[in-house]
Amino acid sequence: MAALLEARHVTKTFGGGLLDRTHTVALRGFSLALVEGRASVTAVVGESGSGKTTLARLLLGLLAPTAGQVSYRGQDLTAMSRAQRRTFRREVQAIFQDPYEVYNPFYRVDHVLSVPVHKFGLAGSRAQARRLIEDALRAVGLRPEETLGRFPHQLSGGQRQRVMVARALLLRPRVILADEPVSMVDASLRATILGALRQMTVDLQIPVVYITHDLATAYQVAENIVVLYRGAVVEAGDVELVVKTPRHPYTRLLIGSIPAPSVERTWATGGPPAQPSPRLASAADGCPFEDRCPDAMPTCRTSVPPLLRTETHRAVACFLYRDAPVLPPQEMVATFTQAGLPPARPPDRPCRPHG
Amino acid sequence: MTGLTVSRTTAAPGGALSAVLRYLRRNLALIVGLVLLCALAAFVGIGHLTVDTAKARPLSVPMLRPPSAQYPLGTDRQGRDLLAVMVAGTPLTLRIGFLAGLIGVGLGSVLGFTAAFYRGRIDAIIRGIVDVGLTVPGLLVLIIIAVSIKEGLTVDQMAVVVASLAWLSPTRAIRAQVLSLRERGYVDVARLSGMSGPEIIVRELVPNLLPYLAATLVNAVSSAILASVFLEVLGLGPIDSPTLGMTLYWVNFNAALINGWWWWWAAPIVVILVVFLGLFFVTVGLDEVANPRLRRAV
Amino acid sequence: MAVRSTPSHEPPRGDGRLVSPDVLRVNDLSVHYHTPGGAVRAADGITFGVRAQERLGIAGESGSGKSTLALALLRLIKAPGRIEAGEVWLDGRDLMTLSDEEMRRLRLARIALVPQGSMNSLNPVLRIRDQVADALRDHGVEITGRQHDERLRDLLARVGLGPAVAGMFPHQLSGGMKQRACIAIAMSLSPKVIVADEPTSALDVVVQRQVMDTLAVAQADLGASVILVGHDMGLMAQFVDRLGVMYAGRLVEISRVRDVFSEPLHPYTRMLIASLPSLDRKGAFRGIPGLPPPLRNLPAGCAFHPRCPLAVDRCRRETPALRETRPDGWAACHLA
Repeated sequence: MAALLEARHVTKTFGGGLLDRTHTVALRGFSLALVEGRASVTAVVGESGSGKTTLARLLLGLLAPTAGQVSYRGQDLTAMSRAQRRTFRREVQAIFQDPYEVYNPFYRVDHVLSVPVHKFGLAGSRAQARRLIEDALRAVGLRPEETLGRFPHQLSGGQRQRVMVARALLLRPRVILADEPVSMVDASLRATILGALRQMTVDLQIPVVYITHDLATAYQVAENIVVLYRGAVVEAGDVELVVKTPRHPYTRLLIGSIPAPSVERTWATGGPPAQPSPRLASAADGCPFEDRCPDAMPTCRTSVPPLLRTETHRAVACFLYRDAPVLPPQEMVATFTQAGLPPARPPDRPCRPHG
Repeated sequence: MTGLTVSRTTAAPGGALSAVLRYLRRNLALIVGLVLLCALAAFVGIGHLTVDTAKARPLSVPMLRPPSAQYPLGTDRQGRDLLAVMVAGTPLTLRIGFLAGLIGVGLGSVLGFTAAFYRGRIDAIIRGIVDVGLTVPGLLVLIIIAVSIKEGLTVDQMAVVVASLAWLSPTRAIRAQVLSLRERGYVDVARLSGMSGPEIIVRELVPNLLPYLAATLVNAVSSAILASVFLEVLGLGPIDSPTLGMTLYWVNFNAALINGWWWWWAAPIVVILVVFLGLFFVTVGLDEVANPRLRRAV
Repeated sequence: MAVRSTPSHEPPRGDGRLVSPDVLRVNDLSVHYHTPGGAVRAADGITFGVRAQERLGIAGESGSGKSTLALALLRLIKAPGRIEAGEVWLDGRDLMTLSDEEMRRLRLARIALVPQGSMNSLNPVLRIRDQVADALRDHGVEITGRQHDERLRDLLARVGLGPAVAGMFPHQLSGGMKQRACIAIAMSLSPKVIVADEPTSALDVVVQRQVMDTLAVAQADLGASVILVGHDMGLMAQFVDRLGVMYAGRLVEISRVRDVFSEPLHPYTRMLIASLPSLDRKGAFRGIPGLPPPLRNLPAGCAFHPRCPLAVDRCRRETPALRETRPDGWAACHLA
């Protein structure tokens, strides 16, 4: 199967102009490929500064890579014809983090739904457009009559984010990038929104990239996971393997730091103790985690660890596993489990919405 | 907007109107400004109906009469009825201001939006020109331009002269606003919805900047009036027209201050004061509308 | 309302730690925001106690009134908000009856706040040293440079920061370090109660754990009680001894944290816990249907009844009071 959306050795640096000698590497040699026509959720997990938002913007063509390329159906995003770009825009959709920022305060919420319907010519008539929009809203558990005609500030955060999910659904995209879709939504609504997202994945049989800082929700919705640290992939593969038996010291630290909502899995029993704070200047040529790593070796400071295939369904970028075969980054996807998504349960619907 | 827009039902007009009124009640500055400008407009409007503006021409009335029942604002040394001069001259001065302000903000908007939205080289060029332009003393440049046009300056030409510099600071201000707006999530969403760059500017960005653009316009108008009055006082204005600035030029020319002909300078100064205070309060009021933090509280 | 027993009086606890009676008692505290659209009842009839050296959590979703409660404890509610009723007893005095000046002196000295987004509450143009000095001077503690340096070094050491931090400006510190500096300021006058309002909401989980460890050490050092206000049930599970859960401006449950997670009393708590993603079991992750009600227009009876799968007629008519339904377990539910 051909790759639909593919990133190859993508590096993005910011700054470094004529007078500005300092520049930041937001993403380093990142590769990922999404296969068409199969329902799957790939989680990209990283903390702030890991480059995950940069990655989302690169994959959406809102940023151009400094090196490497992002391509859609084999066509480089930066060298697309008008028609190709139009197709790309329609078929690759996004759900963003802040469910308030994505609404223009000047317009009613209808705006984000009606503009793409019109722009992409999805409906032949006004009535048909209305029907499309209403169906999409109902599919994510919203009542059209309580949603349309309102201004963004008149809806709750959860409703606003669900409208964005409906918007993505409306366009019948081939790929969805969800950049922190629930980080600004209350806990009790997260499951509902992620449920709607997962349902859409199954209904449309499309791949979803779920970008988040929250490993627990990633574990819940994804089959495969990519862990980013300071712009580099440190571990990737089957989500069960990575979460249950993390191999990279950073992944271990991350999982050990998550405050689990359970009195059985406590910080005291859950993982390694707090790590030393990072040095201000990180090693330019070494492993990005070297300065905080309890297992750091001299070689970690001088060379960047490649992705090593420790198991069939996992790759780790760490010299602790140097006996494992090297996996070229662009083949990282080979470690992903190819099991399709089981049919998700129907999304929770509000029984009696308020407001 | 196209026919496909779904459910753009507007709130009941009564509701919108009462919301505006409710808001206005809290925005005192805007009210004061509008009242002052309306009073001025009423003065000019009623004046045109009741006063013979032909008396604003020289030698149409007796010279140097202090205010009286017949000549409420007195007459000047050239035999002009100062009331008629005010009625005829105020709109001319305002015309210069609004024309120059509109040209300035119009040009500034186009340049500011283009620079900030597209960034890159075009931004560098526009920003460079504006930065250099703003360091040059503006009035000096205006004097040079006005002098080099020599004679026969009409009121509209005067407006163009003033406008030649009036776009600089609006360009900079609008560019800064757009720079912050273009980072908003809804701009990304508009792109993903298939909108083109100019469409995003017109449909997504401009509506959110309307109050700000209005405030910028009022500001530009008052700067333009100030600049035009300044040039006119120096004698560089439309010499045949009874604008407020030219009236002050004649006051100065005839040393009315020393000669104790107080009514000659009192009338134009009061009118100019009302114009500036009105515009100032409107700007302050509009600033409050343009400030999103305050607006959200409405 | 009649005087009633408060959900904190039972002295001995299962873990054998000696527990003294309440340090802070809150009785029937109500805070309303007066907006043009009507009064918003952000906190309504809140009653609870905080025991000595205890870590009490107050959890709730956005709009549940938890931050309002945190601010009300220190009388920091700003207009259009107003504390309508209630008592907050600390050191045998009702904070609500103190003059503004008395209250100002009590803050930091007896009850300190680590505010929400407190990393941004540091003054960007003052060195950490001067910020601490300002805080102390405000409370009449005038100390000379040498003494101050020593005290500051000690204070910073207690939150795990090196002495060099004293000479730094906030922008030179990372988020976690700034947060620790805020904790250092909060503990500078050895308060008895520290109210921490979402102290780690902007931090990554690794740093969050470090900051919470810091707060735990600081608390043990001072022998103070901590009220941790937040939305993260995971953080509550890891940090607090007892947990109160707020919904629509009311306290709906307050129990030992172990009991809250193993046997929640209120249906809302049960559903909230079920909505949290687990790292152990996949698929056990269900949202609560519906939306929280607008505080301006609460449904009659129990505010949760429209979303509650167990609601009966009584829930729609009668607002349930908080009552003890098991030892040290309080719930505001007719069915508990």
